[in-house]
Amino acid sequence: MLYGYNGKFIEVDLSNEKINVEKIDEQILREYIGGRALASKILWDRLGNKWEEVDPLGPENLLLFLTGPLTGYFPGARICVSGKSPQSNGIVGSTVGGNFAIELRCAGYDGIIVSGEAKKPVYLFVKDDFIEIKDASHIWGKKGKETTEILIKETFKELSNKWPWKGLWKDPGILYIGPAGENKSRIAAVMSKWSHAAGYGGYGGVMGSKKLKSIVVKGSNHLPPVANKEKVLSLIAEVCRVSIQEKDDWRRWGTGYGGYGVGADTSSEPIRNWQEEWHDNKSFGVDKFEERVWIKRYWGDDGCPTTCLKLAVIKDGEFKGTITDNPDYELQAYLGTNLGIFTPEGNAYMSSVIDDLGICGIQGGNVLGFAAELYQRGILTKKDLGIELEWGNPKAFAKLAEKIAYRKGIGNILAEGTYRAALKLSKKKKIDLMKYAVQSKGIAIGAHGIRSGLDYPPIIGYACSVQGGDHTSVAGLIREELWKCEMSMLFADSGVVCAFNVFKLDWLWDFLEAVTGWNITKEEWYDKIAARVLAIQRTFLLLGGPDIYWNPKTHDENPERFYEPLPSGPKKGKATDKEDFNKTKSEYYKTLGWDEYGIPSSEKLIELGLKDVDNILQKIRNKIYPS
Amino acid sequence: MTQIWIARDYSKCSGCRRCEIACSLKHEGEIWPEASRIRIFMLIPGIEVPHLCVQCPDYPCVEACPTNALSINKETSAVEVDKEKCIACGKCIDACPGKIPHMHPTKKHIIICDLCNGDPECVKVCQEGKWNTLWIAPRPSSSLLSIKLYARTPQEITKDLAKNLYGEEFDKEVV
Repeated sequence: MLYGYNGKFIEVDLSNEKINVEKIDEQILREYIGGRALASKILWDRLGNKWEEVDPLGPENLLLFLTGPLTGYFPGARICVSGKSPQSNGIVGSTVGGNFAIELRCAGYDGIIVSGEAKKPVYLFVKDDFIEIKDASHIWGKKGKETTEILIKETFKELSNKWPWKGLWKDPGILYIGPAGENKSRIAAVMSKWSHAAGYGGYGGVMGSKKLKSIVVKGSNHLPPVANKEKVLSLIAEVCRVSIQEKDDWRRWGTGYGGYGVGADTSSEPIRNWQEEWHDNKSFGVDKFEERVWIKRYWGDDGCPTTCLKLAVIKDGEFKGTITDNPDYELQAYLGTNLGIFTPEGNAYMSSVIDDLGICGIQGGNVLGFAAELYQRGILTKKDLGIELEWGNPKAFAKLAEKIAYRKGIGNILAEGTYRAALKLSKKKKIDLMKYAVQSKGIAIGAHGIRSGLDYPPIIGYACSVQGGDHTSVAGLIREELWKCEMSMLFADSGVVCAFNVFKLDWLWDFLEAVTGWNITKEEWYDKIAARVLAIQRTFLLLGGPDIYWNPKTHDENPERFYEPLPSGPKKGKATDKEDFNKTKSEYYKTLGWDEYGIPSSEKLIELGLKDVDNILQKIRNKIYPS
Repeated sequence: MTQIWIARDYSKCSGCRRCEIACSLKHEGEIWPEASRIRIFMLIPGIEVPHLCVQCPDYPCVEACPTNALSINKETSAVEVDKEKCIACGKCIDACPGKIPHMHPTKKHIIICDLCNGDPECVKVCQEGKWNTLWIAPRPSSSLLSIKLYARTPQEITKDLAKNLYGEEFDKEVV
């Protein structure tokens, strides 16, 4: 018997308005678990032979929403969004919290696979075995908050009309896109609640390209049965105990707890587009957020003991009307320090604005900072921007964010994300602007710098990651450290669970065995499953196309800025050491069984059972090693 | 034994829904949000409302039951459901000022908080996590009708709470 899964997926073909419920083979689940790993298998099977031709923003792309066997059991549920990424043109797995994953699992499914493109705006409604493609013309064009309000209202009514015997149904799980997604911005996120976001990868734009405004799910059953219930319950209790008894700062301040320290202590926080990475502006300590903008001190998603989210509201003054989560560390940095904004109010306002537009806070904050540096240097002018884009001015940045979401004026270029914007603007301005683009393989780098060497990401963390600048999935040699090894984080993204509750890595394997009954050892995970998935993700990344291709000889590299010495703070003068970087990179690729340019060897691929991947990689080998 | 009441402060609810998990595990042996006797409604994100029986002193649900499936446990004051007698007619839902009772999602009977025989699981996890949204208070004497004020629909509670947490601008119809 299959434990921990429903074993069923919803397949929606929007072009032909067809809905099917498909079973998935147990052996595939055993080999690819769920979430990001399973996404790589599905994408490989269905798009592998035409990957380079598939436009990520076209109808041929697939959009996947996948849970895993641990989703709902491991405290803190998330769902993984994937497909061909319009940022990296490879596969990215991006996870988002909220109650959507639980509702989907309780409705009897492990995931949703969306293909094609609707003729007019639609949303998908799922209530157990009742699945419907519904008209979304009344919410198309609406921002995030209004979309959420309308959908909750509408569904609450519909549930009690169609299934009146229940009494009151609880509100459904909802994923949606804002205007940025509708306008196919490559930096648009798939959103949930106010500002929960699957940001990396740009799947909000993919959802928009399919004219899919939202997915709304209500499940009335329980989570799928597990193999060893007693063990699962004792593991849940253990996670909760450790969180509550030992992680008080984490619970109280969320990821922002480390925030002030990332600037002041480790000198690794992006400031004014990474021109600096150090500040000791005490007005931006997390305690100031707590005092000044948080109205709910603990906020969380299904089953989470940590509730590291907070609710920020500003009821009066210049930024009145602000409602947002946290902001968490990443957004404190990217919509705060990176834009020269050092007040909790200005930062929360920016976060509220960007969420409502459905832009990823990291990708958005990165491209806004990029534009502001070009303005600072006189490369972009008020005439280009229509705005005086001074550092530290939240209203000016909010205006530019609007232009990005609606692709107005310069916003049309910036909506393509930092990398593509740098290519286009370099051409337009006839100078090389790539040196101001702090990104890796089309994906803006998360808010943890590597120059000081004091923060967690390894020196090769971004340059060698199969998910580009993703700060959660960094490449590294140290196995069995969640935040220093891509293969470990892959487990959280495939489980699918919230990495912020994984206080002990061993829990993941313990949960997997107790939930599924499969005895998958750590060795099997690292040497087979994760190795296979990384090889697939790497292959797709190198295949790329149709608009962008990566050359590992030049693109497995840090952004130029990381080689500039830090200009301020206790680590002034430090920069990334090129020699150390190259040495670590070779060592890393060698450990994976990849060659000096990070091309998985035939031998390794065959050992992993990926003969067909090897065949396709031959194309890349021919390009890199011309005979 | 002293009769208890589950006191509640909506503004503190983290929305973690560990109470739903604890309740459904206790009563159904599964993690089952729609079968939990306590349910968290989130009709506006950030405004989470724990919704569960308040044991009104006049028990309108018990009064309304046509088959005597509902009774009052004299010891705990909780409403008890006789699953054999319940015909799933929903009259108790209509009679409840807060529309709190709800039908079991797969079986044909109503579900109502039974106070776990005086030792409620939902309160335990809420207190363990220091959220302090739910706690145990002595049941007010029946001459005071104050606890009945808590028997409100999630829509009504949300409307007030949203104004409180988000400001007067949020004064709008919720559902």
